[in-house]
Amino acid sequence: MSLDKPVAPDRSENESTPTLQVKNLHKAYNGNEVLKGVEFAINRGQVKAILGPSGSGKSTMLRLMALLEPADDGAVFLDGLQIGTSNSKGKTIHHSEGKLAVERRDIGMVFQRFNLFPHLSALDNVALALISVQSIKRSDARETAFRLLERVGLADRASHFPSELSGGQQQRVAIARALVLKPHVMLFDEPTSALDPELVGEVLEVMEDLAASGMTMIVVTHETRFARRVANEVTLFDSGVIVEQAEPNEFFENPQHERTKRFLSHVH
Amino acid sequence: MLFDPQIFLEQLVNPAYLWGAFLSVGVAVFSLLIATVIGFFLALGRTSKKLFLVAPSHAYVWFFRALPALLVLLIMWNALPQLLPALRSDWYTPFLAASIGLGLVEAAFMAEIIRSALSSVDEGQALAGRALGLKPASVMIKVVLPQAIRTALPPTGNEFIGLIKYSSLASVISLRELLTTAQVGVNITFRYAEYYTVAIIYYLVIVTIITVVQSRVERKFLWTSKSVKRVDRTSRTSLNQLEEQK
Ligand SMILES: Nc1ncnc2c1ncn2[C@@H]1O[C@H](COP(=O)(O)OP(=O)(O)OP(=O)(O)O)[C@@H](O)[C@H]1O
Ligand SMILES: [Mg+2]
Repeated sequence: MSLDKPVAPDRSENESTPTLQVKNLHKAYNGNEVLKGVEFAINRGQVKAILGPSGSGKSTMLRLMALLEPADDGAVFLDGLQIGTSNSKGKTIHHSEGKLAVERRDIGMVFQRFNLFPHLSALDNVALALISVQSIKRSDARETAFRLLERVGLADRASHFPSELSGGQQQRVAIARALVLKPHVMLFDEPTSALDPELVGEVLEVMEDLAASGMTMIVVTHETRFARRVANEVTLFDSGVIVEQAEPNEFFENPQHERTKRFLSHVH
Repeated sequence: MLFDPQIFLEQLVNPAYLWGAFLSVGVAVFSLLIATVIGFFLALGRTSKKLFLVAPSHAYVWFFRALPALLVLLIMWNALPQLLPALRSDWYTPFLAASIGLGLVEAAFMAEIIRSALSSVDEGQALAGRALGLKPASVMIKVVLPQAIRTALPPTGNEFIGLIKYSSLASVISLRELLTTAQVGVNITFRYAEYYTVAIIYYLVIVTIITVVQSRVERKFLWTSKSVKRVDRTSRTSLNQLEEQK
């Protein structure tokens, strides 16, 4: 399984422009404040791991970053350009679902529960976006999809349907599917939490290869070993705010915040 | 007057019955198509968050669930042409009136079948489709509908059989469908047993064919590589070629 080709498309922006950035992100459900002004940025080629207790708002933050839900306040920037909303005369305008669909194509998302399309083979799960979004010929789309399945080590499962694949295989197909439009950044929401322990390794291996190939990745995870080995930076998220951000050794060996120490004492 | 097999067999191959059966199935097919299209939009309307879409959908279902199909057919054939002169021409046939009338009534029931089928699709499916960058119509057509259709197929098959039987109501607007054909024969000959038995046979054959077709269609929705081999050989072959290429 080798990911020799770089996945991120060439971009010649200023190195200091973050690939993905959120500013002052707020979100409440029925008056219950889930995100309380999140500031987060990731540069090209970086891998950031996000840890945090259940219910702290990690999934919500990813859904807002992926433009799957509107923020109550704040903004999302991709390569320095505001996406999802625009500002006009001091007012925030939420983009239409049609425009959001276009903006989402540069962001890949991998879900905890895979969410593969059960009515399509592994190959067609990956090919769908090429056919429906880029209007690529079915045979060409399938060929591209096949190469991606090869990259996640599933060429021999191309014609299998999701119900015929193990959880680990399904998640690898889901990763291939999210890669198919060459996103600038990949978001992973606890990609291994729904897997049997013996299947976690194969998915993490694919993600590690992806990181090595230069993909920009935000990974919400409970896998502290993965975070330590692969991430450039580890973030602790709690109660809708970022508590601590540091490079992995610093984060795990010498956490600055009391909250981080308490969290780490539970997971270790 | 005993059961006369001679008369029975004569009628069994009588083209009038075949034509009657054809009309019955035709009315059922057209009204189901009409009902499915209207029902789909009613289902979308009922699940919408916008009141101007929800209210008309509810009103429609409320209205057509209350009316007897027979009354709707009588209105379609007798009352409407009085109100709309355009309907007084030749193209407005009993067949058309029956198909539309039954379709309008059936739409109220298809709306509920389609609504529950759509809501049975896991929320993560549309979410994944949207995350891929599919436009709303593509999410519906490529991701949600195929899965909803699988859920809707069995109850829709039942509705279709129901419509075959309801099409006999169209006798009141002088459509010579299957049952009317039998009744006309009876009125002339008074051979009740023979003519009704022929009708029974025809209905049994029609419903048996529907049941077989339905289970064939449902097999296409198994979503396993084995079922693909059976129904979609071409895509398999191209896939094998791909695998051999490398
Ligand atoms: N669509 C929603 N409607 C109402 N409440 C929601 C919704 N989505 C999330 N919440 C609430 O927001 C809070 C944060 O949820 P979120 O899923 O973002 O947490 P999380 O950090 O991902 O947790 P976990 O580790 O369990 O996945 C929870 O209290 C949850 O109940
Ligand atoms: Mg979560």
